[in-house]
Amino acid sequence: MSKEPVAVTGIGQTAHVAARRDVSLAGLVREAARRALDDAELTWADIDAVVIGKAPDFFEGVMMPELYLADALGAVGKPMLRVHTAGSVGGSTALVAANLVAARVHRTVLTLAFEKQSESNAMWGLSLPIPFQQPLLAGAGGFFAPHVRAYMRRTGAPDTIGSLVAYKDRRNALKNPYAHLHEEDITLEKVQASPMLWDPIRYSETCPSSDGACAMILTDRAGAARAPHPAAWVHGGAMRSEPTLFAGKDFVSPQAGKDCAADVYRQAGITDPRRQLDAVEMYVPFSWYEPMWLENLGFAEEGEGWKLTESGVTELDGDLPVNPSGGVLSTNPIGASGMLRFAEAALQVRGRAGAHQVDGARRALGHAYGGGSQFFAMWLVGAEAPAT
Amino acid sequence: MREVAVVAFGQSVHVRDSAETSEVEMLMPVLHDVLAQTGLAARDIDFTCSGSCDYLAGRAFSFTMALDGVGAWPPVSESHVEMDGAWALYEAWVKILTGEADTALVYAYGKSSPGDLREVLTRQLDPYYVAPLWPDSVALAALQAQALIDAGLTDERALAGIAARSRTAAESNPHAQLRGAVPAGEPLVAPLRTGDCPPIGDGAAAVVLAAGDTARRLTARPAWIRGLDHRIEAHSLGVRDLTDSPSTRLAAERAGAFELPVDTAELHAPFTSQEVVLRRALGLDAADGTVRINPSGGALAANPVMATGLIRIGEAAARIHRGASDRALAHATSGPCLQQNLVAVLEGE
Repeated sequence: MSKEPVAVTGIGQTAHVAARRDVSLAGLVREAARRALDDAELTWADIDAVVIGKAPDFFEGVMMPELYLADALGAVGKPMLRVHTAGSVGGSTALVAANLVAARVHRTVLTLAFEKQSESNAMWGLSLPIPFQQPLLAGAGGFFAPHVRAYMRRTGAPDTIGSLVAYKDRRNALKNPYAHLHEEDITLEKVQASPMLWDPIRYSETCPSSDGACAMILTDRAGAARAPHPAAWVHGGAMRSEPTLFAGKDFVSPQAGKDCAADVYRQAGITDPRRQLDAVEMYVPFSWYEPMWLENLGFAEEGEGWKLTESGVTELDGDLPVNPSGGVLSTNPIGASGMLRFAEAALQVRGRAGAHQVDGARRALGHAYGGGSQFFAMWLVGAEAPAT
Repeated sequence: MREVAVVAFGQSVHVRDSAETSEVEMLMPVLHDVLAQTGLAARDIDFTCSGSCDYLAGRAFSFTMALDGVGAWPPVSESHVEMDGAWALYEAWVKILTGEADTALVYAYGKSSPGDLREVLTRQLDPYYVAPLWPDSVALAALQAQALIDAGLTDERALAGIAARSRTAAESNPHAQLRGAVPAGEPLVAPLRTGDCPPIGDGAAAVVLAAGDTARRLTARPAWIRGLDHRIEAHSLGVRDLTDSPSTRLAAERAGAFELPVDTAELHAPFTSQEVVLRRALGLDAADGTVRINPSGGALAANPVMATGLIRIGEAAARIHRGASDRALAHATSGPCLQQNLVAVLEGE
């Protein structure tokens, strides 16, 4: 028996800011969930199951917080699953929820991801102490900067590319009312003049630390037929993982990312992603990851990704807009960041992305990664139901 | 719905303190064991899913290093839940139902020894109104036990009987941490005595799932998953009837547990009093003593947190594999006082 097609009929997110002191954890997740339900014109009673994700529990200091959040998310008497796959978790969570519908275990599922980073300090939360790891790193930037340098050396990309990405994403964020950073006076010169944090990554080329949540309603064909607004349809979805460290690992373009993209394209019948996709929401926490992922995801040949960025192809009005929402560089509640990519891709093909809508977007990719460039989750969504 | 079966189960010897071994070292022999049982190599596994908790390890992303034990190269299709491994098995079961995978490796591990487990578990309570009071896991279970006694549903003598039956059963379980007679002991938090409480320890477990004819090829007698469901209740203890477990009953109904009698039940009841609640919710007392409860010794004999629930499914499946059961129920729990519950119904061919 073939899989049930999965539709996204509701999307909600909170305002993302450095510290949401006005809400509890429960209030934060409920705000996103309520908006997703409103978008789908459903009530809590219409939800069969809840699938929630977030990054490490140490970020809020609550062990397995889904237990405490069951009431706030209307999950009492229902199944509730909690996913944790590091930074890719927001994407993985959506895929686990989608599988519940695809397998016909449930008909309508609420999926949600969140992080309230103001409750702790994410940089030191990500810096593992002895005896778990040698004390070489200060946060994620310290881990990823050498891999960015390796990319620059390998491809001969000019130093200026990273700042172009940050300048683009921060301008896109001005069109997204939910984005954390709204830098009205951003200029390329300001990005280039910002302090060097982890050479070659400058302050303005890094993601912020945000409080926020994102929720989606996933449903079957019957649910989509009742939905008040156009649905986004899942045409493909996959996860891939590889070890953190091993001899021969390619940190610049990890094999797990390539395999994950290939699986998604195969499911969706995509043979030329550069031409066949209309928008991409990819997980770019440090600006240089845009050209790196363009190559890893098959939008450019190896060594050529930076040229797409440099020539404006990835701008909102370019022929392959990347991160029209402003991306992780403008909004980063870590556990929710992957789901925001998936949700923004769905918003694009539903035609509901507002001021950052890509004209005529019919197919879009949502991408998330995590750990030491080792966990990947992606989905490809379209405006049309998949052929079954 | 596709037929899916447990085709292999393995677990570590559960010990009080495994300071000399890392999580990966604890896990690897178990993973090798279940693969060897099926003759599968790591690359033959279509999907991998694990359950563990950062708060036990005391570090963020603790599961990333455990992945080294899998040998995730070439890259694997893989996921992780911050839940007991029973829920990792649930995710893997759904994955196989979609048709995207025919085989799955599920594992779970927990090392409680590095911290003070009773204090660590207080961190999973409502962070605003309950966790600041640091009510520990034994104290909360004692509230539940006292509620049962006050309702006339059990007494301390009956609870001691559950403890004795469990540890006696564990005499034939080489993996158990507590085996044979254990004294009822002094009251730890009244009315619970040390004998009513689980041992604190470290351990790991793994299961291989397979679909249809693949399962038949991999093992002589697959343990078919006839039903699998899980439900959660409100978190606040004040709004729950602690003497009952409606989420267990509902999950069991959804899993088809009441359609035919079972001959075996592996219940995830870390405290003797919780077995009383579960037996009532599952109607096991009414079955005139014909149901074998926790022949492995259950969580009272070994309680590697995050793996204990998966072990219940594995133990039930293993009895079916060796012909000691034809239809078994396995149960897993999470959260304070049985807040979240999963029920699996397994059958031989």
